[in-house]
Amino acid sequence: MAMHGMRGLSIFISDIRNCQNKEQERLRVDKELGNIRNRFKKEKGLTPYDKKKYVWKMLYIYMLGYDVDFGHMEAVSLISAPKYPEKQVGYIVTSCLLNENHDFLRLAINTVRNDIIGRNETFQCLALTLVGNIGGREFAESLAPDVQKLLLSSSCRPLVRKKAALCLLRLFRKNPDVVNVDGWADRMTQLLDERDLGVLTSSMSLLVALVSNNHEAYWTCLPKCVKILERLARNQDVPQEYTYYGIPSPWLQVKTMRALQYFPTIEDPNTRRTLFEVLQWILMGTDVVKNVNKNNASHAVLFEALALVMHLDAEKEMMSQCVALLGKFIAVREPNIRYLGLENMTRMLIVADVQESIKRHQAQIITSLKDPDIRLSFFFSFLFACVISSICRRALDLLYGMCDITNAKDIVEELLQYLNSADFTMREELSLKAAILAEKFAPDLSWYVDVILQLIEKAGDFISDDIWFRVVQFVTNNDDLQPYAAAKAKEYLDKPAVDEKMVKVCAYILGEYSHLLARRPGCSPKEIFSIIHEKLPSVSTTTIPLLLSAYAKILMHTQPPDQVLQNQIWTIFTKYESCIDAEIQQRAVEYFALSRKGAALMDILAEMPKFPEHKSSLIKKAEDAEGDTAEQSALKLRAQQQPSNALVVTDQHPSNGESPPVFVGQLSVVKAPNMNNTEDHYSTEQVLSQENGNLSQVDQQPPSADPLSDLLGPLAIEGPPGATVQYENSAVSGLESGPDVVDGSAIVPVEVGTNTIQPIGNIAVRFHALCLKDSGVLYEDPYIQIGIKAEWRAHQGRLVLFLGNKNTSPLVSVQALILPPAHLKMELALVPDTIPPRAQVQCPLEVVNLRPSRDVAVLDFSYKFGTHMVNIKLRLPAVLNKFLQPLPVSAEEFFPQWRSLSGPPLKLQEVVRGVRPMALPEMANLLHSYRIAISPGLDPNPNNLVASTTFYSENTHAIVCLVRIETDPADRTQLRMTLASGDPTLTFELKEFIKEQLVSIPTVAQAPTPAPPAAPPTPQIPPNDPAALLADLL
Amino acid sequence: MGIRFILMVNKQGQTRLAQYYEWLTLEERRALEGEIVRKCLARNEQQCSFVEHRNYKIVYRRYASLFFLVGVDNDENELAILEFIHLLVETMDRHFGNVCELDIMFHLEKAHFMLEEMVMNGSIVETSKANILSPIQLMDKAS
Repeated sequence: MAMHGMRGLSIFISDIRNCQNKEQERLRVDKELGNIRNRFKKEKGLTPYDKKKYVWKMLYIYMLGYDVDFGHMEAVSLISAPKYPEKQVGYIVTSCLLNENHDFLRLAINTVRNDIIGRNETFQCLALTLVGNIGGREFAESLAPDVQKLLLSSSCRPLVRKKAALCLLRLFRKNPDVVNVDGWADRMTQLLDERDLGVLTSSMSLLVALVSNNHEAYWTCLPKCVKILERLARNQDVPQEYTYYGIPSPWLQVKTMRALQYFPTIEDPNTRRTLFEVLQWILMGTDVVKNVNKNNASHAVLFEALALVMHLDAEKEMMSQCVALLGKFIAVREPNIRYLGLENMTRMLIVADVQESIKRHQAQIITSLKDPDIRLSFFFSFLFACVISSICRRALDLLYGMCDITNAKDIVEELLQYLNSADFTMREELSLKAAILAEKFAPDLSWYVDVILQLIEKAGDFISDDIWFRVVQFVTNNDDLQPYAAAKAKEYLDKPAVDEKMVKVCAYILGEYSHLLARRPGCSPKEIFSIIHEKLPSVSTTTIPLLLSAYAKILMHTQPPDQVLQNQIWTIFTKYESCIDAEIQQRAVEYFALSRKGAALMDILAEMPKFPEHKSSLIKKAEDAEGDTAEQSALKLRAQQQPSNALVVTDQHPSNGESPPVFVGQLSVVKAPNMNNTEDHYSTEQVLSQENGNLSQVDQQPPSADPLSDLLGPLAIEGPPGATVQYENSAVSGLESGPDVVDGSAIVPVEVGTNTIQPIGNIAVRFHALCLKDSGVLYEDPYIQIGIKAEWRAHQGRLVLFLGNKNTSPLVSVQALILPPAHLKMELALVPDTIPPRAQVQCPLEVVNLRPSRDVAVLDFSYKFGTHMVNIKLRLPAVLNKFLQPLPVSAEEFFPQWRSLSGPPLKLQEVVRGVRPMALPEMANLLHSYRIAISPGLDPNPNNLVASTTFYSENTHAIVCLVRIETDPADRTQLRMTLASGDPTLTFELKEFIKEQLVSIPTVAQAPTPAPPAAPPTPQIPPNDPAALLADLL
Repeated sequence: MGIRFILMVNKQGQTRLAQYYEWLTLEERRALEGEIVRKCLARNEQQCSFVEHRNYKIVYRRYASLFFLVGVDNDENELAILEFIHLLVETMDRHFGNVCELDIMFHLEKAHFMLEEMVMNGSIVETSKANILSPIQLMDKAS
């Protein structure tokens, strides 16, 4: 055997294998590297055999994870060895060690090309493989024609052509221009007639890349793909070598169906029918068999068929069939099929029709859960009992996605039930999702409170503070709920061994609302106090302040005052007055002093005001979390086609049937909640300045020896309003730092709150502004700002898009697609998939104007924030006037030209009606702003304007355009316009362009907001057939 | 892209073959292999063969002491890749006759040749065992 001779390599490998530890291995590797380095350096006459041996060793060492920073040249030089064994090693090792940007690769480009165009087909294969694996842009430009020739050549054998196909795929990815769309669609179609399945497999990958880039151009390939799929699925004329466990190449079947998923629809009814017949065949004909490999292969095909059916939006019947199949899969024992069943069912949620049938499935499943004997078939059971985290996650996603108002109760209760047995890594996500579902779909609020309290009880360690903050908000905002919540809180606190989070939430709720229960047995202030106080010894210092607040509130609500209770509580306050923790100390001191003030206490310790209603911080959190996890790109594609996203159903709708009262509060009010009753006296600015400038206010205070009287003084002596506020504020900030935390967390999402993403500012107005100037904001919404800066020179332009992420989490799945009109050549630099938080990305866009046209380029922009897929289409201000250069002319220049351009189609005249009335200078300004220069005094009639400009495009170069506008001072709404230039298209386009500017009012908001990609607004314009209009004139 | 990398790792976590179809620096490779090995080797037979890792999936299969781990894009057909691993193993079997870890270690170059006939640029080139092995057999004959 060829490698038998490489004894040195074998010895080295077994040495490495015998190494006892990593250190020994490193020493052996270092020794070998030294040896190889010496050999390469010293011995000039290394034989190809030696070189081969050494580069294999290098590859081996590299694979072990050691840096090999020399010898690349030797590897590359083997490529030019005359004999196959050396050449092959050269090619393989080079493609493993080097990347496309390596300088040495450039040295090899000629050898590689010679091998590609040479006659030796084994050499051709090697070279094509290297280029296919690591070829860069430079290769793309110099080798693409040769590779294409090989792929299409009828004299080439399949073994070369299959590699040429994938090599071309690489080159296309490096530079899409190497595949000429017009020419290639036909060739690609022909290529699919290929009988050899190897060539077909490679070509199908190439096709997938091409259609994913531009499906329209390759629509002729569609019927061919259907034919190939039919041939394979029905096993017609498939060589034995390409059947795998009796299944005709499952990989090619899968690839073919993948290609079909890139075509949005199938219009031809015959093709569609054939395809559906094949799909039906696959769906129905796949049985579960014993042999694992056969089973996997057939299900690989089946799952791809399911994806294709979903994509094609098949009839309802077929869809329900799919759901039924998936229902079968999620119940099987085999973990792979189960995983895929769950994953695909989650994807299926996007299809609106199917949601109902999935739910039907779920109802059945839930009944089977209740019967312990058939629990095996129920996916809840493996969701939680299992340690299979991949499957768990899929199942949880599916449940989360399929949850709605009808099944929320069942699902959430199941989630709660299995929380205890769930894997630790899953509990946090599980409880977060349960909390969100409970909030979103609660049939009644008391149920919601129950769920959250149970969550805290079962998984206190795993839930985040947001969850209990949220329940506090709900209780605060819903008066009806308060007695219920207080009773529940008491119930939970009564239990032994209560989780600390539970102590926090219950103490808070009891402090606020236990007085509502005062008449119930066992709920006197004294009893409530002792229930809470029992927990104090076991809680940490972060919880004690909350307990102190609760005590103060209970004390305040005890009417008539209970002397014993008061003494008890005062003792506690006094005890903590010297606590080392500043927060506890301050509260103790303040509450003690306050509670001695009697009635004044009432105001300060009144119930918390309602929280402003806004998007749940929990939902936001879940969305952020989802943004981090990988998203399915097939899903992504579909999501782009239909913007609904099923994973998180719409939020922002009231969390339950009746929406809680909305408190439209100012930030300042919420920050200092207890000032409600006094705030009327002070302006909001005062309140705000309080917040921001507490220290300076303190300085204005009259100095006082006693710190306590300093703190409390103003209240006692009815000091000036400002001072009072200052006092209360500081008291409040101490009092309410618990709720402050609540409200801090709740306020954050307001900044990024709204769900339906509304652009900021009017898109049309922004566009029109950018038509006149060269930099500004093109688009803005709460997440992103897209700015533009442009430079124009003759027929070329360079725009830079500034994509700015306004948020503290990344924007993902960012895609920018330019849809250029036929007259513009546009090339957008690569837009990164992700924009980091608060970062701005600059993407240059090169524009070349080929010929005159008023069509507008469109930027199809999309991104994902959390789970929102946002897609916007924006007109780009690469408009006609950008290619104009104002050119004032003298009478001597103007008139000869004007006369020489003597009529249609070079000179066109039109009476324009419905003109926006404007004075002549205003019109002159308008023209000027579109870079058309007025030449005053050329026309003897003062009511007329004469102007000129130069238009640049690649086809026409520079052309002078002359304009004459005759106005009627008696009727400013009509005018006669004459346009002349050396190019008929330009004359027409420019005339229409100016007309649009005169007729429409570009900067008012009534312009259509989401601009249709086609034409700019042309309101009130009569049918603009120039001939008809001229006839009209005559 | 499809396939991002193919790793063969023994149960001690030692890499026996690594082929990447996207360029990663040595540090990135080391980190990635470490993470994947930690994640996948700890799994048991009853667990499913797909692991979600970073922003892609790992499809893996174990044969005796050797793990075959393939990193694929999220939208890749997992079962098809799972069987592609088996096809690779069957192809090696046909060549080596009941392939084992040592065959791959000491015939690293052959393993590379086979892989190169089967996958190029992250896409599948050939699935016929005879076609995959014919260049290697030719070479063996020649020497």
